[in-house]
Amino acid sequence: MNNRGGILVLGASSAMARATSAELAQRGYDLYLAGRDTEELSRIAGDLRLRHGVRVVYGAFDALAMETHADFLRRVITDMGDLNGVILAFGDLGHDRDSRDFPGAGRIIAVNFTGAASILSACANYFEGRKSGFIIAISSVAGDRGRQSNYVYGSAKGALSLFMQGLRNRLHPSHVRVITVKPGFVDTAMTYGMPGMFFVATPEYIGQRIVMALDRRSDIVYLPWFWRYIMLIIRLIPERIFKRLRL
Amino acid sequence: MRTKLQPLTGWGRYPRECCELCRPERYADLRPGHAATIARGQGRSYGDAALNKDGLVVLTERINRVLALDETAGILTVEAGTTLGQILDIIVVRGWFLPVVPGTRYVSVGGAIAADIHGKNHHRDGSFGQHVLEIELIASTGERTVCGPNQFSDAFWATVGGMGLTGIIGTVKLEVMRIPSAYTQVEYRKSGDLDHAFRILTDPEFDDHYSVAWIDCLAGGPDLGRSIIMTAHHAPREELPSVSRSRPFITRAPAGIAIPFDMPGWLLKPTTVKAFNALYYTWHGAKNRPVIIDYQRYFFPLDALRSWNRLYGRRGFLQYQCVLPAATAHAGIKNILEILSGSGCAPFLGVLKRLGPPSSGHLSFPMSGFTLAMDIPMDGASLLATLNRIDEIVLEHRGRVYLAKDARLSPARFRAMYERYPDWLVVKRRLDPMNCFQSSLSRRLEMAP
Repeated sequence: MNNRGGILVLGASSAMARATSAELAQRGYDLYLAGRDTEELSRIAGDLRLRHGVRVVYGAFDALAMETHADFLRRVITDMGDLNGVILAFGDLGHDRDSRDFPGAGRIIAVNFTGAASILSACANYFEGRKSGFIIAISSVAGDRGRQSNYVYGSAKGALSLFMQGLRNRLHPSHVRVITVKPGFVDTAMTYGMPGMFFVATPEYIGQRIVMALDRRSDIVYLPWFWRYIMLIIRLIPERIFKRLRL
Repeated sequence: MRTKLQPLTGWGRYPRECCELCRPERYADLRPGHAATIARGQGRSYGDAALNKDGLVVLTERINRVLALDETAGILTVEAGTTLGQILDIIVVRGWFLPVVPGTRYVSVGGAIAADIHGKNHHRDGSFGQHVLEIELIASTGERTVCGPNQFSDAFWATVGGMGLTGIIGTVKLEVMRIPSAYTQVEYRKSGDLDHAFRILTDPEFDDHYSVAWIDCLAGGPDLGRSIIMTAHHAPREELPSVSRSRPFITRAPAGIAIPFDMPGWLLKPTTVKAFNALYYTWHGAKNRPVIIDYQRYFFPLDALRSWNRLYGRRGFLQYQCVLPAATAHAGIKNILEILSGSGCAPFLGVLKRLGPPSSGHLSFPMSGFTLAMDIPMDGASLLATLNRIDEIVLEHRGRVYLAKDARLSPARFRAMYERYPDWLVVKRRLDPMNCFQSSLSRRLEMAP
């Protein structure tokens, strides 16, 4: 197998992350799988090693334990020798009942935005010094406009998209690719059995497209592509009308 | 975990029932719910074995990681939702094969154990369960127990062939075997009638690692039971054509086509099936030399036609599979074919195969003798009545019907056919005292009430 270097996958036990990892391993990248559920990570790691013959290691990572993030990244770099890229795939939709009061809403914001910003900052500093590499974050179309059904999650993902935009601007001179991925509905545990789903994509499709984005020049990737236009229309609805809609 | 309500069927698309489904993605989430639960892998059992009306169906399709392959000992560790096809994609290129494969690559390991499936080599190598070394069984409490032929063997043998009713099968360790290449050498022999077919299937001179007969269930009179007997073995490297010899484990993925929608109900009527059978008989019967074909085309010919169950239209079909002990199998199968060819139903794809000694699974299907399987379009009460008559013949001959294919057997006949059911029940009650694991099949057959 031609070795292409190492990639850190944050939140590696989600279905989208698993599919993306498989796609990267297929291309010969070594992987570091990070997440909270290490039993799950060890299973995914075994599977990827056997199917693709690449080096796969895993370790515990908690997005909310922000004080540990710098040390965590240092350990990953030591372990992998070097890091070519990072994929941030963790996120938490939360429950409706959590998002009404602040302790619950605060947690959703902390996982999806503050925690993400914390580890991405550490990664950005590393890649800036290295003068190459890539940062990919899975945000969401929910971050494109606030809606009553999931505005806490949406605002955190929206903030993450803005953060990525800023990073892209900052790291451009250092030749670091920064890609924001905005999936629509994906058939995962997060959405399984949720009413009102349409145009549902498979995690395998998302994984393939995320890795394909590395070959292209895209900065912001909607998956599947038509969500760009759906969200464009949704953003164009005047607020005066939008506030009356039940979305 | 969130669930959803959805109409669901087995592969035969009859019956159709509304079930509550959940689909865990993490191993820790693979456990039963509060309602009566059954695990479902690929839904390739034909009837109601993986349905659970008013209960919970736990889909295992995302619990499908291949965890380890020990190439010194020949042992593979996988999660139960992994399909045999996914395993073969990984192990064949390394020179290994599964000791037992059925007629499709789209079955899960969990399903293969729960139905204790057999392949074309049953007369030599036994059933799938006989090559399983360890099962991690997830109980109604979520507790995990490792069982195998040498530890908690009663739990193990109640699970092998136990139709998912002893718990959820989680992680599995099984044997894999070395193969010389990814190809098989196949021989076709024509038999003009049933006597001849039985003679070929039992003659040691014609026997091979794999053997099976395709049988024309619609031919009557002097042609009753005319067949094509197919025998095969894994082809040694030196038998391969020179282009494949340097890369003996690489095969081209077969191009498949999908049946995009339900075919009209008239497609598979006695006339069209008769025409197909005649064509098949002549075409394969004309091959008088061994041929080398890759393992996918030999073992899984129907997989090339994805969702072929749609050929039978909206009403679906029944697969009837029974086994009769060797001593009287010939007379019994002759009797069954006579009833069918006179009944006006159109059994498509009949398969006749010799089976070897049974496994220790209490509810395992195979026994020494001959098994007959056929797909019959569902046409309502008359077919059900015909199959009831055939059940009687099977019972007279001390045979049994395969539960993984069944959608209509009666509780009394089930008990008469599976004489080790009381032994199974003792273990089931110990493993699952609250009868948490149930399916539409288990309630229909009044298992463990």
